[in-house]
Amino acid sequence: MSDRRRTLLRMCGVTKRFGPVTALNNVDLEVAGGTVHALCGENGAGKSTLMKILAGVYPPDAGFIELDGVRQTFARPGEALAAGISMLYQELDLAPDLTVTENLFLGAELRRGPWLDQSAMRRRTAELIARYGFRLDPEARIRELPVGECQVVELLKAIHRRARILVMDEPTSSLSEAEAERLFAIIRQLREDGLAIIYISHRMEEVMALADVVTVLRDGEMVHTAPARELTIPAIVGAMVGRELSDFYPRREPHPGEVILQVEKLASAEGISDISFALRRGTITGLAGLIGAGRSELARVLFGLVRPTAGRILLRGREVRFAAPGAAIDAGIGLVTEDRRRSGLCVNLPCSWNLALPCYPRVGMRFRIAPQRERALALRCGEAVRVKWRDPEDPAASLSGGNQQKLLLGRWLPLDPEILIVDEPTRGVDVGARREIYTLLNELADRGKAVLVISSDLPELFGITERLLVMRRGRLVAERETAKTTPEEVMQLAAVEE
Amino acid sequence: MNKLTKQLLPFCSLIFIISLWTFLRPDTFLTAQNFLNVLRRSSVNGIMAAGMTFIIISAGIDLSVGSMMALCGMSGALVMLLASGGAWTTILTTGAVELTAGGMLLGVLAGVVAGALCGALNGGLITRLKLAPFIVTLGTMSIFRGICYLLNDNKPFAVSAFRWFDNFSVLGVPLEVLLLILVFALAGILLKYTPFGRYTYAIGSNPETSFHAGINVNRVLLAIYMFAGALTGLAGMIATSRASSAQPTAGISLELDVIAAVIIGGASPAGGRGSLTGTAIGTLLVGFLRNGLTILGVSTNFQLVVIGVIIIAAVTADQLATRRRA
Repeated sequence: MSDRRRTLLRMCGVTKRFGPVTALNNVDLEVAGGTVHALCGENGAGKSTLMKILAGVYPPDAGFIELDGVRQTFARPGEALAAGISMLYQELDLAPDLTVTENLFLGAELRRGPWLDQSAMRRRTAELIARYGFRLDPEARIRELPVGECQVVELLKAIHRRARILVMDEPTSSLSEAEAERLFAIIRQLREDGLAIIYISHRMEEVMALADVVTVLRDGEMVHTAPARELTIPAIVGAMVGRELSDFYPRREPHPGEVILQVEKLASAEGISDISFALRRGTITGLAGLIGAGRSELARVLFGLVRPTAGRILLRGREVRFAAPGAAIDAGIGLVTEDRRRSGLCVNLPCSWNLALPCYPRVGMRFRIAPQRERALALRCGEAVRVKWRDPEDPAASLSGGNQQKLLLGRWLPLDPEILIVDEPTRGVDVGARREIYTLLNELADRGKAVLVISSDLPELFGITERLLVMRRGRLVAERETAKTTPEEVMQLAAVEE
Repeated sequence: MNKLTKQLLPFCSLIFIISLWTFLRPDTFLTAQNFLNVLRRSSVNGIMAAGMTFIIISAGIDLSVGSMMALCGMSGALVMLLASGGAWTTILTTGAVELTAGGMLLGVLAGVVAGALCGALNGGLITRLKLAPFIVTLGTMSIFRGICYLLNDNKPFAVSAFRWFDNFSVLGVPLEVLLLILVFALAGILLKYTPFGRYTYAIGSNPETSFHAGINVNRVLLAIYMFAGALTGLAGMIATSRASSAQPTAGISLELDVIAAVIIGGASPAGGRGSLTGTAIGTLLVGFLRNGLTILGVSTNFQLVVIGVIIIAAVTADQLATRRRA
């Protein structure tokens, strides 16, 4: 045991500056083989920069990297890869139109003479899949696989490349609980095989469940490193934000008002059916379920992105049919989508434009945009959601993930929607920003709005909602008062067939 | 600051070209008459490039502009002749029709409307059938040109009395140059100070996000192609006025100069980026380049090679600059 757990990687005194900003200041990191080493920190704390230095994307300004006690300098990502360092990025790094086998061997194809040795590659892939106990078709195209299985392919690719150090950045952010559990099992097996795993996550429960050692970064400095069993979640969170968060989820006195939205026997072509529920003013309702249970699909119908095939939607007692999101917005419904980059933001356009995008015709700028008014609107929204930007004219891409998420929330404030649907509102968002987002949702509910929160993070749902709807396979299977149920029961309802 | 540096490169290239020609041929190049000449030569493709800027910012492309311009000229001239009381047989043979002012006005309007309709066809096919703009406009490029030839059996429509755009001038500035400036000013305001302009950027940057933000993406795209088409129609009438006839072969490979002006001006073919200031600079750059090369006695064939090189160089330089900034 002690033999396997010798130090594999040592990063020493690593410093990195970007212009006037010091992203990393004299950071030390030691990772032993056969351990899971969690790297925690708020967005912008320097985790990604540290990992990019490890992967050879950036050279450090000072400090060095040792592998097995030998100093390394990686000029290119390829050199780090060759040295056995594999990164699994949040954005999947696979060619979507190629098969599992082709992706695994991409750039290192087996040949027989000048020809590709297809059968050998397929056999090797099948062996690898079998060794880790997956059910995966080596000939399946990545595009046709669910996200969870793509992640598995990424892992296989790293193993196949004989990785010794595996860096995983928020690997569970787009996985369902069941898929995440499977991933954890694989990670534990890889740890048994002697790999060093650097695990970056904002989900503290995962960190506590998986990690052997936890290192906390704050503002580019290493503030804490200790064995996980000596730590608690509040202690880690405290080290991350620099203060103890006594009560992570802000409290709120619920004042349920009249029913504002009623859904009856709703169905859509995207696989949801027979859904009936009601939302009241002044409440935060959670929508729990596994990935693929139809939660986002339900949101898409409510927001007019997809037309229902059966059933009806009653808004303030009157039936509504939305031809497009524009109509839903006019009726007072807002949606914060789960995928910021795909459907949430125009990342290369200014923050102020992104904020004002749904607003123009609805705040008296239908034909003419007054730049000062647009800027004032942006500044007001930005302040309300506490976005940290240098200038509202900077592109949205220049903000951190948490701030981008705040931008998405902020854009609805000038329209003051009666119903706000938020889909995975804190995915990839750091702890400090998460709390601010919860506070914002509370404020909306306190002002008599109805908030519907879709989340795969059960602690979050239990922390902020007062009612929970549970979906499974496109149907609503249960409705509970949050105070009268448990995460275990909800998980059971969401995952288990009767 | 950032916005300035974006346009700095094309602007410096423009200054460089002008300085170079001034140095090589000061006597013929550096005259007010020659500068006015460049602007006149640039009016047709400049007006079209203003519309193309919207299309390219919306992540689209319109390869059919050259054919469309010819078709608009032909349609406008035909309406002009008919509205002036010309008989079918005369129009199709000698074209000896006495043009009336009313007829000419109607003809110009018809040309612009024809452009808007061509644009509506492009935009309609792109949004309704969900086809790539490249494919649709490649098809309509051929369709429009074919119709041009069919209209009068390969022959032009002669409208010798119609010389409005190059003969009329205000304070020594020809009407076509005034129109060029007016179009750029109006299009600039449209792009910068209206939701239509913002939506153009938003759709080019991320159509799905735009739809989520309640924007009627299809309607905006249709409007963009119709607007660009109407400008192409106007350009078609200017070209007709200059040639005093509508040629079915007008504007062949003109899409090169038009798209080049927009791209050199810093617009991104991937969408979401570009400006009319940039396109104006790009138009002038292409105009001065051709003018100077002509003065130096370089053949038009070789000019094609040079413009092609400049397009690739401009995009390369822009990408290098962007990468450094990131």
